[in-house]
Amino acid sequence: MCLGVPGRIVARDGETGIVDFDGLRREACLSYTPEAGPGDYVIVHVGFAISVLDEDEALRTLAVLRAIPGGLDEISR
Amino acid sequence: MRYLDEYRDPVLARRLVREIRAAATRPWSIMEVCGGQTHTIVRQGIDELIPVRMVHGPGCPVCVTPLAIIDRALAIAARPEVIFTSFGDMLRVPGSGADLLSAKARGADVRVVYSPLDAVGLARTNPDRQVVFFAVGFETTAPANAMAVLRAAEEHLGNFSVLVSQVLVPPAMAAIMEVAAVDAFLAAGHVCAVMGWTEYEPLAARYRVPIVVTGFEPLDLLEGILMAVRQLQEGRFEVENQYARAVRRTGNTHAQEAVRRVFRVSDQTWRGIGEIPASGLVLAPEFARHDATLRFGVGDLGADEHPACIAGEILRGTRTPLDCPAYGDACTPRRPLGAPMVSAEGTCAAFHNAGRTRQERP
Repeated sequence: MCLGVPGRIVARDGETGIVDFDGLRREACLSYTPEAGPGDYVIVHVGFAISVLDEDEALRTLAVLRAIPGGLDEISR
Repeated sequence: MRYLDEYRDPVLARRLVREIRAAATRPWSIMEVCGGQTHTIVRQGIDELIPVRMVHGPGCPVCVTPLAIIDRALAIAARPEVIFTSFGDMLRVPGSGADLLSAKARGADVRVVYSPLDAVGLARTNPDRQVVFFAVGFETTAPANAMAVLRAAEEHLGNFSVLVSQVLVPPAMAAIMEVAAVDAFLAAGHVCAVMGWTEYEPLAARYRVPIVVTGFEPLDLLEGILMAVRQLQEGRFEVENQYARAVRRTGNTHAQEAVRRVFRVSDQTWRGIGEIPASGLVLAPEFARHDATLRFGVGDLGADEHPACIAGEILRGTRTPLDCPAYGDACTPRRPLGAPMVSAEGTCAAFHNAGRTRQERP
């Protein structure tokens, strides 16, 4: 129910924008993300952008995960 | 897809599983509150890979919408002047007699919308019909539902109303903390994208439980679990944010402001759990003309649950679907008795879709 999908804003006209989800483009209400513009990634839920995706934080999370030491790549159950 | 695929990397997932196994010296129990997270955990088998007991919480607005509200929806949808609009996942939720999909099959004008604003659009283009939107959801969905009401009010659309069943997560978490034996919680990432996590700080302190705001992809969940385990191992009880790419501490203040304008906090009945004080939202008095319950006079409808269903205990995390005598037998996703079997995010449906079966005792 609370599914939110990250997409990139390709155009903004006031309260409304076009958001690209990997090639699929949909209209979304951008009233709650006034700071977001073309090129920004937003999390869209039921047609509304609820959060601007922080790309630095996204990279930081991945860097933390990639820094976990590797080892045997098989998990024994 | 960017910002999704990176968080599904199986190599990193295996490393996280190893880290969790190495970190956990006790069989901690951790509750994920959100049904979307339950779905990922069960489908990916995450709970079967780690030495942690994952407890599945109330997690889905579809699952906790009271039977009486579904019956009100059915009564409204049956009226010839009504176009009844809803998110798709509410259509198969059984009321005491039927569901919205079967009402549609019998001729009711029931339509699935992608956004609440689509319902407002229908009211605009159908001035001779009454358009009702089923405003269901957690804090994630409340801003969208609020905006629909604000737009309808601005445009003086007298033929638009909402049937509200909005619930708030922190009061429910507090109610669960009172009864369930859970060591830590994963808070729902998109609820927190809207609300932030300040409401969880007093809960973590009062109940001495770690709370980790967590995303929805496999790596998010594994990292959230690892962060919770580390807190438990170190004896810390804090709110931490795993989902930093989408969630700030104070949330989305613009969205919160709209919710505050349109709704008021009220006591709320949760299906399977009962009434939880100050855990729901109702329309503010100034928007009463858009309240479908008042407009169609359906406030008196009540209903009883099926006696075989243990949904309440499942939603509170005190029992699992495998403890239910009806699970997989009298109750399946095709013929659900209770709400957790209806939505794909419901715990029972997640178990059933993952092929988990009840061990018959001799």
